[in-house]
Amino acid sequence: MSTAPKTPSQAAGGRASTKKELPEHFKAYKHVWVFIEQERGVVHPVSWELMGAGRKLADKLKVDLAAVVIGPDGEATQHAAAESFCYGADLVYMVADNLLADYRNESYTKALTDVVNTYKPEILLLGATTLGRDLAGSVATTLLTGLTADCTELDVDADGSLAATRPTFGGSLLCTIYTLNYRPQMATVRPRVMPMPERVVRDTGRIVSHPLDLVEDDIVTKVLSFLPDRDSAKSNLAYADVVVAGGLGLGSPENFQLVRQLATVLGAEYGCSRPLVQKGWVTSDRQIGQTGKTIRPKLYIAAGISGAIQHRVGVEGADLIVAINTDKNAPIFEFAHVGIVTDAIRLLPALTAAFRARLSPHSRDRIAS
Amino acid sequence: MHIVVCIKQVPDSAQIRVHPVTNTIMRQGVPTIINPYDLFALEAALELRDKFGGEVTVLTMGPPSAEDSLRKALTFGADRAVLLTDRFFAGADTLATTYALATAIRKISTEFGPPDLVFTGKQTIDGDTAQVGPGIAKRLGLLQLTYVAKISALDLEARTIDAERRSEGGVQILRTRLPCLVTMLEATNQIRRGAMADALRAARAPIVKWSAQDAGVEDISKCGLRGSPTIVKRVFAPAARSEKAALIEVGEQPAEALIEAIFKRQPPLEAELATLARGY
Ligand SMILES: Cc1cc2nc3c(=O)[nH]c(=O)nc-3n(C[C@H](O)[C@H](O)[C@H](O)COP(=O)(O)OP(=O)(O)OC[C@H]3O[C@@H](n4cnc5c(N)ncnc54)[C@H](O)[C@@H]3O)c2cc1C
Repeated sequence: MSTAPKTPSQAAGGRASTKKELPEHFKAYKHVWVFIEQERGVVHPVSWELMGAGRKLADKLKVDLAAVVIGPDGEATQHAAAESFCYGADLVYMVADNLLADYRNESYTKALTDVVNTYKPEILLLGATTLGRDLAGSVATTLLTGLTADCTELDVDADGSLAATRPTFGGSLLCTIYTLNYRPQMATVRPRVMPMPERVVRDTGRIVSHPLDLVEDDIVTKVLSFLPDRDSAKSNLAYADVVVAGGLGLGSPENFQLVRQLATVLGAEYGCSRPLVQKGWVTSDRQIGQTGKTIRPKLYIAAGISGAIQHRVGVEGADLIVAINTDKNAPIFEFAHVGIVTDAIRLLPALTAAFRARLSPHSRDRIAS
Repeated sequence: MHIVVCIKQVPDSAQIRVHPVTNTIMRQGVPTIINPYDLFALEAALELRDKFGGEVTVLTMGPPSAEDSLRKALTFGADRAVLLTDRFFAGADTLATTYALATAIRKISTEFGPPDLVFTGKQTIDGDTAQVGPGIAKRLGLLQLTYVAKISALDLEARTIDAERRSEGGVQILRTRLPCLVTMLEATNQIRRGAMADALRAARAPIVKWSAQDAGVEDISKCGLRGSPTIVKRVFAPAARSEKAALIEVGEQPAEALIEAIFKRQPPLEAELATLARGY
């Protein structure tokens, strides 16, 4: 336990270090890194989105962009490394060990912390997924550095500092955060916030392997089993091209079927606002917004959704937002592109029929017969 | 068994103000609640205590007014409440917060017994980072289970805990050893209302109040704004979109008119939708 505490001598009043005074030992920290998240052999798309963002930062800083690939020793991990080059990596740091087959905080924290301490990146980016946040929090605390969570914008300042912008207070404000005097500067970014960069076929480049230096007995936590979300539709909301969503304005779980029906005709995913999850009408993996999924579809149709800021932050990346709401003053009309002031319960079936007729003329005959 | 639950008092509404000079959020005058995710953590802890016996200590770091949240937690049935409050803690980012909370948990450990479990919510609704839990675990050298939907087994003899952890694309069933830190997901259980006896007891119950010094903080420069590697340089409102939605007239065939407007605005969508729709 702790020794006798020192009496605090001065108040932590002023912001002690808003000026950049990078300690000498941090000056060796160079380059931009992206943690490539893979679980059960599949790279999470957020990693490639981050490679796109990381490339821009690296180019501005005139440094290399490196991917950090951590996973079991085998084909999938090799493939993730090769893919990193196609998404702009100059080099790859790799920790491949069969103990890394499943994500576990202890082993992954050790792997990533070791690579950081050895090769010293200036900026380290991770996806704000369940894995990324679990890992980022542990790594940042181990390294005693700053971590800015859930960023929506990343840039570098004139003095080369990472300027990480994130929503705060449920998206009603944005703040730009710096980690001036500590390295690496760490940030997490939610899936679908950054655009997916183009994949360019390239040969594999330099891969730097790093050992894990652990045996199974060193890792206390054991994975007893894994239950995949079998309903494949479950995880697709964030990556859907078309999303139809309903809100409280629909009035009842029965009316929510109208949203599902339109989604089916459009080959779309369906989603909802938060109150519908709280009422138990729709499962939580369908919630869109600050505490739900961020979406980035080409077309988003919102029926009976008011457009509260917490909902707005999850849909703003959509190319085309269409709102159906009975209240012409609903906030959703402030950020929708196309709107219609009408009863969604009546319009949705008509819209479903009209889309069906327009998109696939034959289906009308099929249904008629 | 001893469980420590970390809770945070957060502003209830979006009516917040930003300090013009320091760019920090001014919380005065805004109604507050216990961070909703922390209530799930508290409920999970109370259920375990009811089943296995022992005590639940709630801990918060915050201004003196955070006492309200602790009292609320006592009415739900927590056994003890600790308020860590000191001006030195003001302006803490996640790293400085985990330093202070970990120090307080060490002190709780010597005063009231070492915890077998430390609970937090998966994230707060004001900061949203989901990092304080993992940070505390790292500081205290505890094992961690984040995004836990359900604690499926607890074996106090073998000192093991099994939990269902939400991960990308599925649920991991993990077994780890006590002591460990757990961050709880939402909507996993019903929040109890608290018994009348607890409410009466809570109204009078003493709340343990510690300053940085009381809690045994060794290095005050690791606390609050000074101990925070991240610096908020700018706070601003999101840019409003200049143009409002183009409203479709609700005429004879509103559905057709709406579809027309959509395709007029994004012509390539029609072909793409036709392709997507064919899949159905
Ligand atoms: C910490 C926090 C996090 C949150 N996270 C999220 C989140 O992730 N996602 C989210 O969505 N919300 C979130 N919320 C909730 C958010 O603030 C709003 O309460 C919520 O989005 C409102 O849902 P709604 O628009 O469906 O309902 P309401 O606000 O009740 O709006 C219903 C709308 O339907 C319209 N309407 C009524 N009848 C009809 C009809 N027949 N036809 C057409 N329109 C009709 C009404 O005019 C109204 O605009 C969060 C809140 C908090 C405090």
